[in-house]
Amino acid sequence: MDYPTHPLFLSLSFSAQIPTSSSSLSNYQRSVELTELQSLLLTLPHEQSLRHRFCPQPPPSPACSESPPGTTPNRSGSRADRMWTEQQRSPSGSSQSPRSPPAQPYLSVSVTDPVKLGNGVQAYISYRVIAKTNLPEYQGPEKIVIRRYSDFVWLHDRLFESYKGIFIPPLPEKSAVEKFRFSAEFIEMRRQALDIFVNRIASHHELRQSDDLRTFLQVDEEVMERLRSYETGLFKKPADLMQIFKDVQSKVSDVVLGKEKPVEESHPDYEKMKHYIFELENHLAEAQKQAYRLVKRHRELGKSLSDFGKAVKLLGACEENALGKAFSELGAKSELVSIKLQKEATELLMHFEEPLKDYVRAVQSIKATIAERGTAFRQQCELAETIKLKEINLDKLMLTRSDKVREAEIEYRELKGESEEAVRRFETIVRRMSEEMVHFQEQKTTDMGVAFHEFAKGQARLANGIADAWRSLLPKLEACSV
Amino acid sequence: MMGSENQGFEDARLYASKEEMESLVLGDPSRSSYANSDYRSAMSNSLPDSHHPLSPPILATPADSDPLLAPPPPPSSSYPELRNPSSHDSSSYIEPPSYADVIFSPFDGDSSSEINGVDSPSPSSDSPVSFSRSSSSGTEYIKITVSNPQKEQEVTNSIVPGGNTYVTYLVTTRTNIPEFGGPEFSVRRRFRDVVTLSDRLAESYRGFFIPPRPDKSVVESQVMQKQEFVEQRRVALEKYLRRLAAHPIIKKSDELRVFLQVQGKLPLPTSTDVASRMLDGAVKLPKQLLSESVVAPHEVVQPAKGGRDLLRLFKELKQSVANDWGGSKPPAVEEDKEFLEKKERMHDMEQQLSNASQQAESLVKAQQDMGETMGELGLAFIKLTKFENEEAVFNSQRSRAADMKNLATAAVKASRFYRELNLHTVKHLDTLHEYLGLMLAVHGAFSDRTSALLTVQTLLSELSSFKSRAEKLEAASSKIFGGDKSRIRKMEELRETIRVTEDAKNVAIREYERIKENNRTELERLDKERHADFLNMLKGFVVNQVGYAEKIANVWGKVAEETSAYARESS
Repeated sequence: MDYPTHPLFLSLSFSAQIPTSSSSLSNYQRSVELTELQSLLLTLPHEQSLRHRFCPQPPPSPACSESPPGTTPNRSGSRADRMWTEQQRSPSGSSQSPRSPPAQPYLSVSVTDPVKLGNGVQAYISYRVIAKTNLPEYQGPEKIVIRRYSDFVWLHDRLFESYKGIFIPPLPEKSAVEKFRFSAEFIEMRRQALDIFVNRIASHHELRQSDDLRTFLQVDEEVMERLRSYETGLFKKPADLMQIFKDVQSKVSDVVLGKEKPVEESHPDYEKMKHYIFELENHLAEAQKQAYRLVKRHRELGKSLSDFGKAVKLLGACEENALGKAFSELGAKSELVSIKLQKEATELLMHFEEPLKDYVRAVQSIKATIAERGTAFRQQCELAETIKLKEINLDKLMLTRSDKVREAEIEYRELKGESEEAVRRFETIVRRMSEEMVHFQEQKTTDMGVAFHEFAKGQARLANGIADAWRSLLPKLEACSV
Repeated sequence: MMGSENQGFEDARLYASKEEMESLVLGDPSRSSYANSDYRSAMSNSLPDSHHPLSPPILATPADSDPLLAPPPPPSSSYPELRNPSSHDSSSYIEPPSYADVIFSPFDGDSSSEINGVDSPSPSSDSPVSFSRSSSSGTEYIKITVSNPQKEQEVTNSIVPGGNTYVTYLVTTRTNIPEFGGPEFSVRRRFRDVVTLSDRLAESYRGFFIPPRPDKSVVESQVMQKQEFVEQRRVALEKYLRRLAAHPIIKKSDELRVFLQVQGKLPLPTSTDVASRMLDGAVKLPKQLLSESVVAPHEVVQPAKGGRDLLRLFKELKQSVANDWGGSKPPAVEEDKEFLEKKERMHDMEQQLSNASQQAESLVKAQQDMGETMGELGLAFIKLTKFENEEAVFNSQRSRAADMKNLATAAVKASRFYRELNLHTVKHLDTLHEYLGLMLAVHGAFSDRTSALLTVQTLLSELSSFKSRAEKLEAASSKIFGGDKSRIRKMEELRETIRVTEDAKNVAIREYERIKENNRTELERLDKERHADFLNMLKGFVVNQVGYAEKIANVWGKVAEETSAYARESS
């Protein structure tokens, strides 16, 4: 089966046999089966390359994030390599034509230098977004722009609108408790998350073609601001509300996607997938909650240890001779271990809790796509229904040889076109989703693998550090007892 | 006979104000606070008259007679014959006193003179043996276990139906100390007996750091019957008795031996008997022979107590006020600079200990929480693993599930290690609590010393006032030649008083010196033992931390290795 031509073939055959909604359903099922099969076929031989391709952006190490913008080529280089291999190996790749070997196409972005601007409620954080590329669509090899969080939201929403069916990489949460909004930790975590967000887009074979991405990475702040306010002013509610609205929408669709709606896909595999996603969110939320609590526990233990250390030192001051010294050394070590714990807590937050949270957000993004798919499916069915009625009407008119036949025929043709369009839209979503699902699983396996590795490494490092710190006390204590 | 007007009044006031305090009906703050302080001083006295042979033990209404809980008892006036005569007239129109009230009701010195139990010998202060608490001399040992709590019924009929049960514990001792005359024996004792033991010890071993006895819990009567309460108390009692047995002097005391060994009812007197404590040949003189202001020599070895000798208490109070104001220089002052320094140091140490033990507690809690959360994280991932395996469509899901399983298992293992670590930490840091508790004993020993000194001071100033009175009298009588009979009689009386007071003073000074010596040797012992115990604690704590940190590091190190493929891929 020749994959690249397949979607077309599928949609053609599908639209040709669309007379009734019931038959369209069964038809759809067949098509989905085909798609699934296809994705399976795709998966098996290319597992390796896919895994490679959807490797997440490595969470930028603190060292990296602190380095000035000019010093990132190392990272972008490796990312470009990866993307290039993707281009070479993936048959299902983007429409972009294979390029001549010397110019390996790359697009790498870094989000750096968060700066607080404005005052009071108006205050916000701006980031320096640096794009490096050799793609001809871009103005030059390097472009630096200043962007704020709502610009990233704009990009996200635009992509969501134009790439239905693709799991748009999730954004970090909008809302933070006011108290923490400008805390260094929050800002750094958001910076990191935004960096991952934009790089995921830049490495996605379809999304990287987006005009919106190009706009986002290149236009001046003024233009960006106009675009953003135009978007939010004309078509949408303000960004905050939009976010809330979306949340509500996805929540409503949770309900809606249940059994109430009559027009609903009922393919068992799709049902299973939906069920999986919804359950997964709960499980992940629980794991993430515990991870966050673990971070807190590290901090609390650190705090207790340092308090304990201080108390022990004071107690040591009451003792004379070697014992007093032993006490104060124990106190000092306690404080040292406390610092290790605090440090590890931050590591844990950045490299274990945050990826888990990202995972949850990704699942939520899938849910949004599921909702879109539902909408597209309904539209398609409604149109098919209308066409059926029009057809009957047209037949009637033909029989009565009414003068309205011509008019009706035009209307019918238009509708037919619309319907075909709707079917195509839906089909695209279905196709993209099944592709995306594979990618999603691959990516999350890697993401989690990295997070687990970081977690285990961090815990081992911490435990070793603690063991070493305490061990160094032992000879002194031994000396005391003589 | 023993229900003197004075005591009756005392009792009535105590019970009445207790009543106010507990029922909070009549909220007269000054009165209830007075009652409170009275209650406290009574507690330190803690001389229950319930065991008086003449009073039916019923007065010790246990547990349920808490006025807040107990059903309104039948008016006690209808059972007057059951009441202890001493408290009869006072408390007949209010509710019967609770267990605690009775145990701690103030004691009238006069009443006890008739009930002489076992003589409590004075400790031999000259040869205090000093060995480490923890490693008590390889040769001698006493091992005490408290077990098998049993509910028992009070034998006499009660005015509070059903409320007269108490719990006894089996106290088993294993020892090789020859004085005990046997390697193993056990007796049944109740909490009240322990109170008696600790009271007797406090009297006989003034100046020693006597391990404090477990508190009576405030909610006692409500929870007394509960299983966990009984268990808690059992543990506390065992700890207490073991501490006593570890004390180099106390372990050899007759009081402890009697408590541990004598079958049946505890033969120790439940109230102080001054006559039984005659020291150094001081003769007990009938009170009426002395002018009422004179303290009998044998009594000076005891601190003045509330109900017993109000006058003496008043005098000593006056003396201490005088000392505080510094108006008149007391005839004898604490001049042991070294001791004062040590006292100061002990005070500091107590504060630091209390701080450290508090921090240790919160450390233990934080460690516990850490273990628990680690376990919960593991559990969350185990669930997730199961879920992914069930729902798996792609291989990537399965390999992820496998990774998760690794992590989950490690988290659960680490959690277990954290918990074990915590158990050990609790054990080690308990030394801090232990010593904090011991500070109470130190306080007790120091206040023994202070009160003994106060007695000496009071007697000295009294003596000097007697002497000046005698001089005046003599001067006056020398002017009137031949003198008159009454003056001569007065002189005689005064001389006698001076003689008695002189005796008392000497006894008091001896007692003070003895306590001083006890304090000194105990401080030395404490320093030595504390050094060893603290060092052990530190070592235990550190070794433990190292050991478990290594284990935890191992667990995670393995996982880190297993997942290292991801690290290479992402870097």
